[in-house]
Amino acid sequence: MTKDSGRTDNHHWRKIKNALASTGTFVSAVLVIAPLGLVFFYLLVNGASSVNWDFFTHLPKPVGEAGGGMANAIVGSLELLALAGAIGIPVGVLGGVYLAEYGSARINSVLRFLADVLNGVPSITWGVVVYGLVVLRFKGFSAYAGGLALGLIMIPLILRTTEEVILLVPNGYREAALALGVSRWKTIVHIVMKTASKGIITGILLALARIGGETAPLLFTAFGNRFWNHSLSQPIAALPLQIFTYAISPYDDWHRQAWAGALVLVTGVFCVNVLVRFLTRGRAVSVV
Amino acid sequence: MEIAIPPAPKAFGAPDDPRLVARTMAPPSRFGDKAFQWLTLAMALTVVVLVVLTGWQLWRGSSLAIQKFGLHFLVTSTWDPVAEQFGALPFIYGTLVSSLIALLIAVPLSIATAVYLTELAPLWIRQPLVSLIEMLAAIPSVILGLWGIFVMVPWLRDYPFPSLKRLFGWTPFFSGPIYGTSMLAGGIIIAIMILPIITSVSREILRSVPDLQREAAYALGATRWEVTRIAVLSYARKGLFGAVILGLGRALGETMAVTMVIGNTPQIAASLFKPGYTLASVIANEFTEATTDIYLGALFEIGLVLFGVTIVVNLIAQVLLKTMTTSTSATRAVQ
Amino acid sequence: MTKFHKSTILGLLLALGFSASASAQMAINGAGATFPYPIYSKWFDEYAKVDPSVRFNYQSIGSGGGQKQILAQTVDFGASDGPMSDDNLSKAPGKILHIPTVAGAVVITYNLDGNPALKLDGDAIANIFLGKIKNWNDPKIAASNPGAKLPDKEIVVVHRSDGSGTTFIFTDYLSKTSGEWKEKAGNNTSVNWPTGIGGKGNEGVAGQVKQTPGALGYVELIYATQNKMPYAEIKNAAGEFMKPTLESITAALATADVPDDFRFSMTNAPGKDAYPIAGATWLLVYQQQKDAAKGKKLVEFLKWSLTDGEKMAKDLQYAPLPESVQQRVLTRIGEIKM
Repeated sequence: MTKDSGRTDNHHWRKIKNALASTGTFVSAVLVIAPLGLVFFYLLVNGASSVNWDFFTHLPKPVGEAGGGMANAIVGSLELLALAGAIGIPVGVLGGVYLAEYGSARINSVLRFLADVLNGVPSITWGVVVYGLVVLRFKGFSAYAGGLALGLIMIPLILRTTEEVILLVPNGYREAALALGVSRWKTIVHIVMKTASKGIITGILLALARIGGETAPLLFTAFGNRFWNHSLSQPIAALPLQIFTYAISPYDDWHRQAWAGALVLVTGVFCVNVLVRFLTRGRAVSVV
Repeated sequence: MEIAIPPAPKAFGAPDDPRLVARTMAPPSRFGDKAFQWLTLAMALTVVVLVVLTGWQLWRGSSLAIQKFGLHFLVTSTWDPVAEQFGALPFIYGTLVSSLIALLIAVPLSIATAVYLTELAPLWIRQPLVSLIEMLAAIPSVILGLWGIFVMVPWLRDYPFPSLKRLFGWTPFFSGPIYGTSMLAGGIIIAIMILPIITSVSREILRSVPDLQREAAYALGATRWEVTRIAVLSYARKGLFGAVILGLGRALGETMAVTMVIGNTPQIAASLFKPGYTLASVIANEFTEATTDIYLGALFEIGLVLFGVTIVVNLIAQVLLKTMTTSTSATRAVQ
Repeated sequence: MTKFHKSTILGLLLALGFSASASAQMAINGAGATFPYPIYSKWFDEYAKVDPSVRFNYQSIGSGGGQKQILAQTVDFGASDGPMSDDNLSKAPGKILHIPTVAGAVVITYNLDGNPALKLDGDAIANIFLGKIKNWNDPKIAASNPGAKLPDKEIVVVHRSDGSGTTFIFTDYLSKTSGEWKEKAGNNTSVNWPTGIGGKGNEGVAGQVKQTPGALGYVELIYATQNKMPYAEIKNAAGEFMKPTLESITAALATADVPDDFRFSMTNAPGKDAYPIAGATWLLVYQQQKDAAKGKKLVEFLKWSLTDGEKMAKDLQYAPLPESVQQRVLTRIGEIKM
């Protein structure tokens, strides 16, 4: 009957749509991953041959002369990460503790909101703010300024990840400790945070990996340095900054080094991410 | 016969255990508790301080420009450091257009991928794909920009752009000379940067759709795709929209990769092949060289506009996302 | 990892940083022009061997940046190929001295198949940058280049996106040779470009031109030669087409009138052998130095650069200052007070 044949036709068409959707979404997934493969491929092809001992140990050479390396930029980046961490880690972790353990629902949701909003602010804004606060006031570009700009980015980032992880700690742990007469703050520090330590650390590592690749906030704070930095109140080189300067130059030798620098930076960031994945392969909260 | 049962040994912590009683008699560390609470509160309040501080610094820095240009700043298209006439319109235009292009490319791909990951993909492929997407998110902007200058832009200039010009050159969008670095290149590179965030947030949203919805649709005889379309996507509409807005927020603030491929010319042109300039790029390029106070003020004001816009957009995104999921899973996707 | 371990590690790192700051090497920071960056970076590298106790860290962010940062006193010296305006000088918290170092050429470089040798005059260049000449085979270009095979291709104009002394020199020349340019865009470190795309620094423009077929831009001579890019012969005030060479730059410099404050222009110089788009570059320092130790080292370097440094200029195709001017500059350096 016509009704039946109509239904089977429709069924056929629906099956086709289903197949199309499956293929279409699969193709989308492939397209989303494709840039990763392409970027990595070119990084390896263009950069691998230039990542040599010279690259890690030499300072940049004058313009137009071949050779030289990015030793100061690599060390500079590490110094900036240490400075940023000194600001971002304590503030972020303790702030996250507050949101998870204390406060009222109203205040906490406002603070959470603000932290999420701050996480969406473009990083160059922090460079502008720190330029006005530190560079102009103290009349100089410095590692301190660069570290501060990066540290400010870290604060809302670590705050949220810490809060999340601490909320995962079972209440039973807290209750047990309190029942034994342990004071509130000791409960939090020695029991709760210790339990959540794996998660807190992974949050910190992810934040460090994120700011390790930031360039924009350093443009007018850390400023860059062709030599070793000997004082934190002086300008300092940083790997992403150096990559940027070399990439937009016309010198082939600098381009080659930019690719090498990019390969080193990406490898560093990926290693941290892999480490994080390894640490959280069980649960973010370790069972003591 | 009666057997004398000795009393059970008292477990530690029993209500009348003397050891516990002694300990509970001692007061808890009141000072320590209060101090710690205040300390953590102070740390948490830094987020408020940061928002206020940033807004204040930007406002103070732009005061000269605000005094001179007022609201006209937002609609003037001249950017002339010589004549000291500054207007943010070319940058607002550039930011909006490049972000729009990025969304047009990234949103369909991201949501389709999220659908694939949550609904249609075989289980063994899901975790590896998610890991790969997270790796894409981890690539720093400057490295994508490096790849953009030396790989993407030359390729665009030699292959897709001339084809686009051949096919659509009669429209104003694809007319004019092809430089390579262009508004379109900027949009494409932003798209690559926001793909991971829209994908992972969408994935969280779709995962939070109750299975009951899916089961009901299956029970009615729907195919896999139909279940997705009817039960999942329409239920998750608001959350998916939130994911898109979050991606938009990210796109608006993208700096390094865009600066390297967009051509850095403050102009408003219909053709996507022409170079453009975004709010973030002009700050990155010109901030250290603004020789006059009014020039610097104008750049600060651009920073203020950028700050304001990204706050509003992110606020909208957060509101939309909160209605769909608990905030924790969404932020986990974002980090 | 307990909180104690974390803080110990952080403490150690900070201690490392602080101890490093106690080291004896002094750092002097400068920023500015990309035009002389090749020779300045050579100088700083060589001077580090002459005096290992001091390091000069120079960031080439453009002349505009050099002027701005010395005004804000965030650097110890600035560098610019556009002299500072009276307006800017009056804003400075102290008197700023212009110390000329070398002179160089701004060349018109381009990207065409076969790297043909082209000749251009001021009128053609102005019209290209005004956007009135859009194609390579335009008759105005062909007129100066009989026999050259000019393709039917759009000219991709590349200019500076940042504040630049190179732009200052270039627009100075254009303002002198084209009344229309003078009116429409004028002469400054940053102008409202009627057409074209922007590159950051001399490096950025050279990079753009090198990457873009059909592109044309202006850069300092060494950026074109180091990257094996062709550049045009330009018609000078005497009507001759001149290549930018050491000799033609020196010829332009010879006819320049150098006033007491050393701010001068040498574009479109009258000599028969002069290259028309040439300019000098200056280091900007405060006459009254804030830090005596740094000031002393800075002065020593300036004296070295005006004597030994000048000898390295020719290898990098910058023209050294004439003897008479060198002497006057050395006298001026002597006026810097600690």
